[in-house]
Amino acid sequence: MTVLLPIPPLVPIPPIAVPGEVRRMVRLTYLTALTTLLGYVVFFVFGFLRDLFRELFDWSKSDDLRGYAPICPPFEDFYTRRIYHRIQDCFARPIASAPDAWIDVVERYSNDNNKTLHRSSTASRCLNLGSYNYLGFAAGDEYCTPRVIESLKKYAPTACSARADAGTTRLHVELEELIARFVGKPEAITFGMGYVTNSSIIPVLVGEGGLIISDSFNHNSIVSGARASGATVHVFRHNSPSHLEEVLREQIVKGRQPGTHRPWRKILVIVEGIYSMEGEFCKLPEIVAICKKYKAYIYLDEAHSIGAVGKSGRGVCELLGVDPADIDIMMGTFTKSFGSCGGYIAASEEIIRYLKHACPAHLYATSMSPAAVQQVISAIKVVLGEDGSNRGAKKLAQIREGSNYFRSELKKMGFVVLGDNDSPVMAIMLYNLAKLPAFSRACLRQNVAVVTVGYPATPVLLARARICISASHTREDLNKGLKVISEVGGLVGAKCLPAEPEKAKKMD
Amino acid sequence: MASAVMNMTTAALDWVTVIFDAPLARAVVFGVHIDGHLVVEVLLVAVILFQLTRKSYKPPKKPLTEKEIDDLCEEWVPEPLHPPITEEMKAEPPILESAAGPHTVIDGKEVVNFASANYLGLLGNEKIADSCISSLEKYGVGSCGPRGFYGTIDVHLDCETRIAKFMGTPDSILYSYGISTIFSVIPAFCKKGDIIVADEGVHWGVQNGLYLSRSTVVYFKHNDMASLESTLEKLTRENKRAEKIRRYIVVEAIYQNSGQIAPLNEIVRLKEKYRFRVILDESHSFGVLGNSGRGLAEYYGVPIEKIDIITAGMGNALATDGGFCTGSVRVVDHQRLSSSGYVFSASLPPYLASAAISAVNYLEGNPSLLAQLRSNIDLLWKGLSDIPGLEIASHPLSPIVYLKLKKSTGSSKSDLELLNVITDRVLKEDSVFIVSTKRSVLDKCRLPVGIRLFVSAGHSEMDIHKVCDSLRRVAALVLV
Repeated sequence: MTVLLPIPPLVPIPPIAVPGEVRRMVRLTYLTALTTLLGYVVFFVFGFLRDLFRELFDWSKSDDLRGYAPICPPFEDFYTRRIYHRIQDCFARPIASAPDAWIDVVERYSNDNNKTLHRSSTASRCLNLGSYNYLGFAAGDEYCTPRVIESLKKYAPTACSARADAGTTRLHVELEELIARFVGKPEAITFGMGYVTNSSIIPVLVGEGGLIISDSFNHNSIVSGARASGATVHVFRHNSPSHLEEVLREQIVKGRQPGTHRPWRKILVIVEGIYSMEGEFCKLPEIVAICKKYKAYIYLDEAHSIGAVGKSGRGVCELLGVDPADIDIMMGTFTKSFGSCGGYIAASEEIIRYLKHACPAHLYATSMSPAAVQQVISAIKVVLGEDGSNRGAKKLAQIREGSNYFRSELKKMGFVVLGDNDSPVMAIMLYNLAKLPAFSRACLRQNVAVVTVGYPATPVLLARARICISASHTREDLNKGLKVISEVGGLVGAKCLPAEPEKAKKMD
Repeated sequence: MASAVMNMTTAALDWVTVIFDAPLARAVVFGVHIDGHLVVEVLLVAVILFQLTRKSYKPPKKPLTEKEIDDLCEEWVPEPLHPPITEEMKAEPPILESAAGPHTVIDGKEVVNFASANYLGLLGNEKIADSCISSLEKYGVGSCGPRGFYGTIDVHLDCETRIAKFMGTPDSILYSYGISTIFSVIPAFCKKGDIIVADEGVHWGVQNGLYLSRSTVVYFKHNDMASLESTLEKLTRENKRAEKIRRYIVVEAIYQNSGQIAPLNEIVRLKEKYRFRVILDESHSFGVLGNSGRGLAEYYGVPIEKIDIITAGMGNALATDGGFCTGSVRVVDHQRLSSSGYVFSASLPPYLASAAISAVNYLEGNPSLLAQLRSNIDLLWKGLSDIPGLEIASHPLSPIVYLKLKKSTGSSKSDLELLNVITDRVLKEDSVFIVSTKRSVLDKCRLPVGIRLFVSAGHSEMDIHKVCDSLRRVAALVLV
C-alpha cells in the first residue's frame, strides 16, 4: 500500500518568477499574472483533494508490488494525472496523412473523462498550422520523391550498421559535402537524429574543466548534452549579449574553483538561431563579437532557421550578416525545413575529423536511412536552384511573405504576438491555462489545427499558441486561418491589445 | 655578574611588593581582604576584555578594477576545441555503393558483408520495400514534428500496437532513434537518490543514460552473477531506507561489447529476492533469441511480466530504424510526458514505422529464419575454431561473433592496431568485409577489443566458408 506521507510541499510547485525583460516582451500585466496564478491554485487544490480521496478509497487497488517503491511516485506525476489528463485531447493528435498544409486529424473519443483516448475511424480535414514544414517538403515533391524511392530500392531502408562500420554509403558522403557547401563551412558530419547530435557532440567538445554558457531558453537536447559533458554549466539571460559579457568576465576571473583561480580549459557559448517557443532570432552579431573578444567558442544550433530564413535559405548567418567562418560549430537538423530526419554539424576540417574519430553517435548509432539522406540532398538542390528550376527561390519568398503577412494581421487584430520579422514561427500569448484547451478545441471544431503549449515547455504564467507557417500555405489558407483565429481568440479573450481600426480597410 | 643581576631582580621585586601592599594593605571590601596581586589580576582581566571587543584585523578586500579584469581576460588562453590530429584519426570507413545486405559493393568490387547487423536477412526484402514505398507516397519522408504536436501519424500507433501484441505486453512506445531509446528511458525512471546496479560491459547509450539519471550507479563484473549477487546483498544491507527508494538492475540481453548473453533466469531470481526492478536492453536479441524471436524472456521461459522495462533498437534484426520500449501500462504512459528523447524530438519517419510493422509480420510468418540464423552461427563457430592467434569470446547463440586476440599485446590501442591490419587486409585481399571494435573517448567500457562478425540468416554456406578461410590466412600472416 502506498501511503501519501504529508511531506511538504504536498504538490510540486513550479517556479513562477518571470524575469523583467521577458515580462515586458510578453506584455504580462499584474492582473493577468494574478488570474493565471489563481487558475493554477484552483487546479492544484482540486488535484490534491482528488489524490487524497484516491488514497482513502482506493488504497486496496494499488498496482505497485509489495516491498517495492512505486515506479512513478505520486509526487512526480501529479501534474500529468491531475492537470495534463484533463486537456489531453489537445496534444498528440494523430493524423492520417502527410504533415502538409492540410491534414486529416483523426478524431478521438474517451469513455473515462479524458484519461484514455481511443482512435475512431473518422478524420477531419484541417488546416495545419502546427507542423514544422517550413519549405513545404513534407508531402510528396515532384523532384524529391522519385529520387527518394529510387534510393530506397537501391540502398534499402537502413544499413543496420554504424557509420564507422558499414553504414557509410555514397549518399552520406554526398550529403556531407553538400551541407558543408550550403552552410559555408569546410566540412560537415551527419547523424540520424537531431536530438542525439546535440547530446553526443557537446560532451566530445567540452569535458570536465570546461565551461558551457548557454542561453536560458535553449532546447532540451542542448541541456542534456551540456549535463552529460561533465563541464560546469552557466546560463545567461535570454538573448542578452550584455549579460553574456558579464558572465564571461566574471567566470574568466573567478576560474574553475573559487579559491585556487585555476583557469577554465575552454569556454563554449551555445545559442540557437530561432528560439522555437518565441519565434525570435538570436542577437548573433553582438554575441559573436563578444565571443571573439573573450576567446570563447561559439556553437550555433540552427534547428529551425536553416533553410527557412535568409535570402537563399542559408539560415541566420545570412539573414543577420554574420560570416560563417566566425562561428566555430554550426549545428542544424533536417527535420524542419527539408522534410526528412537527422542532424548535422558543420565546422573546420580538423574538428570534423576529430568528431568522426571520437563521437559516440558516429561510432555506435545506426547510420541515417539512405532514403532520408536522398530527401535532404534533393531538397537542398531545389533550394539552391540546382534542380534546374526556381522553385527554391519561390518557396523562400512565399514563406517570408506568408509569415510577415500572418504576423502583421494578427497584431492588427489585437493579439500579443511574439516573433521577429521574417521568422516563420510566431506565438500568440494566451497566459491562462484554461484558455489553452478552449482555443485548441474551438479551432479544431472549425477545422484549423493549432499547437498550444503550456508548462513545462514554457514558463508557468506564459502559456501560448504557436503557429508555424509553411511555404505550401496559400494566401487563401492563411486568410482562413486568420478568420478562425480571430473568432476563437475573441471568444477566449486573447485579444489583449487594442485592435487597429477597420476604417482603412473599408475605404479600399 | 650573575649575583649582581640576582640582587637587582630581588630589589625590584621587593620594591614592587611594597608599592602594591602599601595603599591597599588595609582595605577590606565585603569582608574580603584585598591583596596587591588582586589589582594585577583585575587589570589583566580588564585588558583581555578590552582586546576582545576590538575588531579583528582583516586586510581590506579591494575589488578588481575594470582594467584588471580586462588584463586577466586578455591573458587567459583557451585550449583548442580538438586535440592534435593523429594518423589514426584520419582513417575513413569504406564507402558502400549498394545496399548493406549479405553481399555489397565497395570500390566497385563485390564483397561478402559481415559488418551489418542484418540478423534475419530482412535488408532488401521485397515486401518490406513495398510497404516503405507506399508509405513514402502517402506520408512523405519526415514527420515534421514531435509526437505531441501533430507528429503522431497513424502508422506510429499501429506500430506500437503491433509490437506490444508481438511481445505479449500491454503497450509499447516508439522512439525515433535506436541509441536514444535507452538514454531517454533510464532518466525517465531513475532520479537522484535511486540505486542502479549495472553491468560494467554496457554500451555507451546505457552509460550515458545512467550518467544523466544522477542516480547512484554501482557496476558489477561483466556477466558475473556471483558479483551481481554480492553487490545486491551489500547494497540492501547498507541501505536501511532501501524500501523507499527505487532500485534497478540494468543489463543487456546480448552485450554488443562482448557477445555474451545475460542469464535472465538468474537475474529474475535475484531481482525477486532483493526487490529490484529490471531494465533490459534487447537491441541485439529481439528477433534473434527464442523460438519465435520474442527475445531473451522467451528463450529462458521467463514470463514477460517479470521484466519491468524492455527497450530495443530496431536497427538490427528488424532492418529498420528507431527503437521501442515496452512494459506495463504505467511504465509506457509515464514516458509519454517524461522521456526527453520522446517529447523533445521529432517522431520516427512514417516509412520506417511501416517497415517495422512489415518486418514483425514477416518474422511472425517465417520463424524458419531463426533456425537459419542459428545454423549459420553454428557453422561459423566450427570454421573459426582453429584460427591462429584469435579465439571466440562470445556466447554460442549470439549473432555477434566476437574474436579476440589469444595473446594481447598489453594495451588496447596496439591490440586495435593489429586487428585493424587484419580487417583491412581481409577486405582488400579477399573481399570480405569485417570490422573491429570501435571505442569512443567517452566510452567507459574496459572490456577487451576484438573483431566483430555479424551473422545473418541471409548468408550462404559459401560466404561463411569464405570468411573463415580468409581470416585463417590473414591471421596466420599477421599474428604468427
